[in-house]
Amino acid sequence: MQRSLVRAACAVAVALAVAVPVATGQGGSAADEIEKYRQALQDGNPAELWEVRGEALWKEPRGPKKVAFTQCDLGQGPGVVKGAYAKLPRHFADADRVQDLESRLVWCMVNQQGYTEADAKRNPFANPDRKSDIEALVAYVTSESKGVPMAVSLDHPKMREMYALGEKMFWFRGGSHDFACATCHGEDAKRIRLQDLPNLTKKEGAQKGYTTWPAYRVSQGELRTFQWRLYDCFRQQRFPELEYASPASVALTTFLAYNANGAPFAAPSIKR
Amino acid sequence: MISKPFLWVAFGLAAAGCATMPSDAERQAQAAAMLKASFKENGQAKLDRLDQDETQRACSALAGKPPSKELAETLEKANLATIQWPADGKLVGDWKNGERIAQEGRGKQFTDDPAGPVGGNCYACHQISKQEISYGTIGPSLQQFGKLRGYNDEIRKYAYGKIYNADAYSACSNMPRFGQHQILTEQQIKDLVALLMDPQSPVNQ
Repeated sequence: MQRSLVRAACAVAVALAVAVPVATGQGGSAADEIEKYRQALQDGNPAELWEVRGEALWKEPRGPKKVAFTQCDLGQGPGVVKGAYAKLPRHFADADRVQDLESRLVWCMVNQQGYTEADAKRNPFANPDRKSDIEALVAYVTSESKGVPMAVSLDHPKMREMYALGEKMFWFRGGSHDFACATCHGEDAKRIRLQDLPNLTKKEGAQKGYTTWPAYRVSQGELRTFQWRLYDCFRQQRFPELEYASPASVALTTFLAYNANGAPFAAPSIKR
Repeated sequence: MISKPFLWVAFGLAAAGCATMPSDAERQAQAAAMLKASFKENGQAKLDRLDQDETQRACSALAGKPPSKELAETLEKANLATIQWPADGKLVGDWKNGERIAQEGRGKQFTDDPAGPVGGNCYACHQISKQEISYGTIGPSLQQFGKLRGYNDEIRKYAYGKIYNADAYSACSNMPRFGQHQILTEQQIKDLVALLMDPQSPVNQ
């Protein structure tokens, strides 16, 4: 049942991709054609399949201890998902650190469900051979914040510290190519090839960028989380591999999520 | 005469300031350390990619502001000194190869084959040949590069040097230092100079 649903979604995705008019530069600019493509995508978002699977995973007893995520506190009380993502990252007293959604899910898997940390982090990003439970869980949890204004609080000193560190990391140039996040995301109306880039140093850009992740990626046939977004940006920056749910990933997420405050959360979305 | 209570308040504020607000340099060092602890090496992308050189460190600290005149001069001088000019004195290669190098986006990512092709990925950020409509806008358009500036040795040398080490001409440029960081070979840089400077290149049509 589940598998045939996924297959159907893939078929839809392929059909959409094939139906895209190739930008020729004639009869309307390439940007206009891409905008048409983006609008065509909005008609059906296969992310719903990940949301359904994630809701089932959320409620089932899991791990050596057979505990469900309904015991997992995302900041609004055990098991409460409604609106929780719009207030993440936050400081969690039980973990004594700042966590984003994904590092929190890992924490609950280790501390409540009895997984080892290595097992909890083993499969965060799906590939054609295996699905990822975390991507489905993230789809479900984030979908329960759709339309909720982003409201990340820096009241806790650890949050202020992570925000400041995330800001420094945003400007950190390194690697063989001298790239920082800011190289591509520091100015208005820039693009790589034909891909528009949000200016994440301004409120409007941060809101647009942050609130549209996670996203179903048509080109990959998978739902990708914000941790994946950071991982793959760094890969293209020619950095080494960003470790899943690492402190730096949480610091950068804190910086970007707080800058998106006020905007209604709009994901899971669908992207190229 | 400064009153005692005032001094106490001032001392308290200073202490509180020190406790909650590390200096900018301390924050930058803290962020660099956290980054180092949050990455792992993968294939050709080793952890030393996170070890900043002086140019990277100084430019990061600016957080998007332009460098002061003094800093710009210092960085440009230091980067200019890294440029190795071709021993044969020739700066211009084959523009057809240059076009392929400008199109090639692979190289240096941990997902790239270390023995595979390495390109400049120039179209990611620049408009170059008219025929290619899929170009980025982070850098300026390079259409008509030679035609507008003149087909002379001075501009050829500038083009070679700029590709080799962009920070030698514009400190804290967004452009990678392709020669300095051994991303491209001397011959590849010559071919890119040809793409920009050969009167036959589509760039100059």
